Amino acid sequence: MGTFLNRIAIIGIGWFGFRSTTPEVSFREMVFEAASRAYKDAGNINPRNDVDSFISCQEDFWEGISIADEFAPDQMGGAMRPTMTVAGDALQGLAHAVMHINSGVANVVSIEAHSKVSDILTFSDLVKFAMDPIYVRSINPPNFHFIAGLDAVKFMQRKGITREDLALVVEKNKKAGLSSPRASYASNISAEDVLKKDYVVYPLSELDMAPFVDGAIVIVVADEEVGKKLKKDDYLVIKGLGFVTDSSNLETAELGKANYMRIASDMAYRMAGIESPRRYFDAVFVDDRYSYKELQHLEGLRVSEEPSKDLREGNLSPQGEIPVNPLGGHIAKGVPLEASGFSLLLDAIDYIKQGKGERALVASWRGIPTLTGSVVVVEKP
Amino acid sequence: MKVNIHLNKRVAVIGAGLTLFRRRLLETPQEIAWEAASKALDEAGLELKDIDCVVIGSAPDAFDGVNLKGEYLSHGSGGIRKPVSRVYVGGATGVMTAIAGWYHVASGLCQKVLAVAEEKMSPDRPHPQAIFRYIWDPILEKPLNPNLIWIFAMEMHRYMATYGIKKEEIALVSVKNKRNAVNNPYAQLGSKITVEDVLKSEVLVWPVQLLDVSPVSDGGAAIVLASEDLARRYTDTPVWVEGVGWTLDNTEWPARDLSYARYVEFAARMAYKMAGIERPTKEIDVAEPYDPFDYKELHHLEALQLAKRGEAPKLLKEGVFDIDGDIPSSPSGGLLGVGNPIAAAGLMKVISIYWQLKGTAGKMQVKRPVHTGVAQAWGDLMQAGTVIVLRN
Amino acid sequence: MVTPLKEEDLSKHYILSYKPNAKYAYTAGQAQSKYLLGLKEGKIYGRKCNKCSRIHVPPKMYCEECFRPTDEWVEVKDEGIVMTAVASFISWTRAKLEEPEIVGIIRLLPSNDRDFVYPGIFHRICASYEQVKSMEIIGKRVKAVWKPKEERKGSIEDIQCFKVI
Repeated sequence: MGTFLNRIAIIGIGWFGFRSTTPEVSFREMVFEAASRAYKDAGNINPRNDVDSFISCQEDFWEGISIADEFAPDQMGGAMRPTMTVAGDALQGLAHAVMHINSGVANVVSIEAHSKVSDILTFSDLVKFAMDPIYVRSINPPNFHFIAGLDAVKFMQRKGITREDLALVVEKNKKAGLSSPRASYASNISAEDVLKKDYVVYPLSELDMAPFVDGAIVIVVADEEVGKKLKKDDYLVIKGLGFVTDSSNLETAELGKANYMRIASDMAYRMAGIESPRRYFDAVFVDDRYSYKELQHLEGLRVSEEPSKDLREGNLSPQGEIPVNPLGGHIAKGVPLEASGFSLLLDAIDYIKQGKGERALVASWRGIPTLTGSVVVVEKP
Repeated sequence: MKVNIHLNKRVAVIGAGLTLFRRRLLETPQEIAWEAASKALDEAGLELKDIDCVVIGSAPDAFDGVNLKGEYLSHGSGGIRKPVSRVYVGGATGVMTAIAGWYHVASGLCQKVLAVAEEKMSPDRPHPQAIFRYIWDPILEKPLNPNLIWIFAMEMHRYMATYGIKKEEIALVSVKNKRNAVNNPYAQLGSKITVEDVLKSEVLVWPVQLLDVSPVSDGGAAIVLASEDLARRYTDTPVWVEGVGWTLDNTEWPARDLSYARYVEFAARMAYKMAGIERPTKEIDVAEPYDPFDYKELHHLEALQLAKRGEAPKLLKEGVFDIDGDIPSSPSGGLLGVGNPIAAAGLMKVISIYWQLKGTAGKMQVKRPVHTGVAQAWGDLMQAGTVIVLRN
Repeated sequence: MVTPLKEEDLSKHYILSYKPNAKYAYTAGQAQSKYLLGLKEGKIYGRKCNKCSRIHVPPKMYCEECFRPTDEWVEVKDEGIVMTAVASFISWTRAKLEEPEIVGIIRLLPSNDRDFVYPGIFHRICASYEQVKSMEIIGKRVKAVWKPKEERKGSIEDIQCFKVI
């Protein structure tokens, strides 16, 4: 695998929503709001002249429109411009943007991802619809979380992780979210409150599963030289990235281990020249849509060999040695479907801009039933 | 608009593979993708372990009947434990897949990329066409129960009315492409028909008749791209990607004049500028414009600047676009002749130009010597144009 | 090599059937909600961008050309010029229809025939197959035929069709 030639700067971010419903705006209007904010943040640029390429990250069945790409351009300024859709997580779209810039085709790229999950009436049927039609869907699973349950049990057995540990993750993240303006689901609960809950699918209770949320996020990236002209030194740099699919077949996948995170992060670390991720980063922003996943992902990312030990010793809390999801993670903010990667990236950017750290690791997963992860290393220049 | 012609790395296509395009295939989408991908690797002389990254192109998930279709297809496309992602611009996906494959290499991220496009339309009941009910604005257009042929028929009629073009002139495209497809071993509908056959065929949505339309198909296509230093190691005849362009027009197709595909022109200009082409009619030797309907080929030839507005039918009649003409168009037989498994069809057009430039197009090889070729795809609601220029 | 099948062959192979359950309640948002309410009143509303003077029908709260919010609601005439029209003999499931369904695109007034973008609406046209086949209908001035006030629900269906005047 090669390496990029140019450094890529994140020069603008904008978001709108992060609420359980957004009845006053259509998804298009939501993206327009987020895009307007992002372009202002990027140095007051006009997307009609200053942005060279536009990428939208959406999936038909989350939108309820076949060829949802049709509705991508207008609200982000991409009409009659190079606009395309990457059907995947927002961080995969970001990877494409980095490629647009490094291939010479663009200097400034705008990426959007949004979620109008409140419009979806049959969400669990759509998750089921993503399962293999012959081998998995045909058993008619009543609850798609069963895959998370199987994965969690195997992981917990292998690494000696308990239900109490999962409850500690929920408590940590829910509390941390109280300081974030985007955390609609933050609350001051304790691990005992979580343990008192019944299981939805063993070993996960309702509180172990992040809820879904509406929101739109637009991020503008640019070649670093161009970024300097627009923002002087007020930008962040993408030092490395990686994305991979470990398997799309449930039977042959290795459950209980986040291989996708291992491979994706290795790719990103190699690009960034990082040898010890635990020492390198000031904070980690990782998918925690199931409480156990945060711990499983930390192992995959080489941030923690013994996640439950680190958790119990307080190393992962906001004041700890390696804060994980110090602004709440998905458990406090909700999962905005394919914009999840950007939700985590936004937290990382906020964290660095607030002066709490200089280097952050962002790692996203696409959710059940996928085994696909994306990783980005972002830091001050 | 930024078009940087100082590209960082030169990228070549070094292998391609196609499956048969047929109305219905027994194989699953993953198996179809696998066959196309392995054929492409064979031609390139590579194995899957040599590939760094995979790009998948596939249009509506609803066809194959799996949500998050990109994840599902990563299996057959060789994307397991590799960076794999899916691009999606409606019908223009096929060429976009090639473009994405190009920038994976041109950016320096990957050295050898496998780009796979697959579509399986046959599973849908009552008819694959019914899927197109959901591509419209759900609030303002869907209640009228539109089907896809309506929008093409409207555009065709507008094109005919604006430039005074008759159905007989348009039908010549169908005749040409189906005749070209007779020489294509992968084709679904190669045959020798006449203009009269077209005009007598079943009226679907006037002015569109059955033989004006490309069929529903299953099929897969794949190409292997590599950076310059590697390409020369694996082949003596690398075909270079010299220009890429893509555009998406606004969502409001009822509020735009449909007689001219300005989005394809924009994408073409982007690709031509990158390739250093200033006089397309003089510098392009062979073209594969997207032809889901016969009039669309003419519509696109004009937008690709290979004919003046409204004049493509005249040039067609004069034989300019025939396989032995000045600018052979759709020598593969196009979608009308080969079949239309949406994403795979676009990539098939790219592969056709690749084989023409390599000189391995067999019976489809055009008579004149070829150096520069262009492939183009269209998509969404009269919005997406993707163009790629290749040279040998 | 892949295996082509004929329709009759399908019964010889194992086929799995599945009907996806995909239901949505689409949020109309600000622009489309006002448009639908306008239809209920028997009016067609558009949004005007004062910078480029374009009237957006269907309305949008942003002008995609200028990339700025649109400025005001304006009412456009429920009359316009037929840009194109077609006659459909197939339903959305590809079943055959006896009587053709005539639909088309109408460029609403005020606008003029040199505009490439204009306030436009896609709807049924009350005309005969002959008028479509001869292209006579294209360029004609048409007006909306509204459903009676009590039957209007705030939907695109509140207009029955556009008829030549």
